[in-house]
Order: sequence, then structure tokens, then C-alpha cells
Amino acid sequence: MLRELALHILDIVENSINAGATRVTIEVREDTREDTLIIRVADNGRGMDAAALQRAGDPFFTTRTTRRVGLGLPFLKQAAEMCNGLMSIESQLGVGTTVTATFQHSHLNRMPLGDLAGTLLTLVIGNPQTDFILRHSVNDETFEFDTRPIKAVLGDVPLSDPAVIAYLKQALEI
Amino acid sequence: MPVKSLADLQKIKAEALAKRQIRTATAHAQITVAMGTCGIAAGAREAMKAILDAIEKDAIPGILVTQTGCIGLCEFEPIVDVQIGGEKITYGKVTPERARAIVAEHVVGGKPIQEWQIVR
Repeated sequence: MLRELALHILDIVENSINAGATRVTIEVREDTREDTLIIRVADNGRGMDAAALQRAGDPFFTTRTTRRVGLGLPFLKQAAEMCNGLMSIESQLGVGTTVTATFQHSHLNRMPLGDLAGTLLTLVIGNPQTDFILRHSVNDETFEFDTRPIKAVLGDVPLSDPAVIAYLKQALEI
Repeated sequence: MPVKSLADLQKIKAEALAKRQIRTATAHAQITVAMGTCGIAAGAREAMKAILDAIEKDAIPGILVTQTGCIGLCEFEPIVDVQIGGEKITYGKVTPERARAIVAEHVVGGKPIQEWQIVR
């Protein structure tokens, strides 16, 4: 089991990477007035057809060949449903996939958001071919992070250059 | 600490490019962290962060850090590959402490740590 929502986000985005996404948008919307926490991961990967989409929440369905169970989406679904929420997946072949999970913000079973910045740092550096956009809002305050202007400046300087790691940490407020 | 601007990033880029011209003899290393559900549950993100921290703190240039999915050895997660030249070594159960030691002793020092290797 994963103990932070940020680890679930990391896991769900791995699906996007494996689907060949070149752009992944991660939204985390916390609204304490409506008592909701919404996570949305939208990618431009290859998407799924209706048959694959129908089985995507099934732990015994996976397209991977190294292991025969796929636990990422079922874990997230279970986590959301334990908190008066739900998970939904929209997907279109050749267009992309969007996974949305909602939680009751104040629910006792809701795990902490956790280290969202660490999740982003891992994704951004580990997947240099993919652009990431993060929008994290808490009520009316929004934090935004976008790799596109950063990569436009860096050119072919690797994201794992020591000074670039330091820059990314500051940009992510680590 | 103030948030650095894109202008600061321009300077970082110029410095990185200047250093690259000086550095020709050092081997180029690639570190790959497995980031499937199994790896994530076992602490792959923490291993990745420890590797990045070590590179940043010791200002180690010329290392490419990437990630991959589940490689089918879930019981050994977190799994980290180190490739230098043509030689690839796979480490298992990589805690943040092990990750720091792997960077210092293997990637920088050139001596692989035998006892944490997964022999396939």
C-alpha cells in the first residue's frame, strides 16, 4: 500500500509515461469550504480503447509483461472510496487519458497529501522527454510549476546537473 | 530563500556548458531507478531523492539520472541500476543510505558495492 496521496500521484503518472505521454498535467485541488480534495492527472499518451478502459480498474488486468497484476489504479480507487470519494477514468485512443480521484478532505481515512514536491522532482528529472505541469490549489491560493520554460532555457544541459537539481528544488519550494 | 528566476537558470546553463568543455576524461554514468508500483511502495522515490541530493551536495557532474518501470524483481525493490561505460550493475533494496553510498563509492569512486548487487 502507498501511504501518501503524493505516492499515488507518482504511481498514476507512471502509467502516463508508459503510455508515451509527452505532457502530463497534475492538478491537486484542496477546498476546505466544500470539504473536497480532488486529484486529476491528464496526459496526452496513447490512450485506451473502450475494452481496456473498462478493465483499467481491475487488478488482474495489465498491459505490462514483467508482472501479471496491475495495482496502481485499484489502489487509488480504494483510497478514494474509503473517503466518501470515487475515481473515474476518461480515455480516448490517440488522444490521452485523464484520471480523477475525489476525497472528502476531512475524512479520517484520507491519507496525507505527503511529499508532492518530491514526487514532482522525481518525475521531472527521471523523465526528461516529458513535460510536467503542476497546479496545486488550497482554497484560493494556487501554486504552479511548469517544466516547459525551464527546458526551453536549458537546451541540452541535463536536468540531473547538480546546479539544475538545486534550481528545481527551489522552484518546487523544497 | 528567494525563488530563482529563469535568468538565474541561464547562468546555471552557461556554467554547466563551460564545465562540460573542461571535463573530457571522466566517465559518463547513468543511474536508473525502477519506479513501478512495487518500487514506489518500497521507497523508490526516497532512493531517487537521496541520489539527487548526493549529486547536488557533492556537485558531481556528468551523471544522467532516469527512471524505468517494474522490471519483474518486485521483491528486491527499490532497484537501482548503475551503468558506467559498458558495465551495468543492478542494486536491490536501495534505502536512502545505500543510495548515498552507491553514488559515493561506485559512481564517484569507481568501486561497485558487491553485497547489495542483484545477480541475475
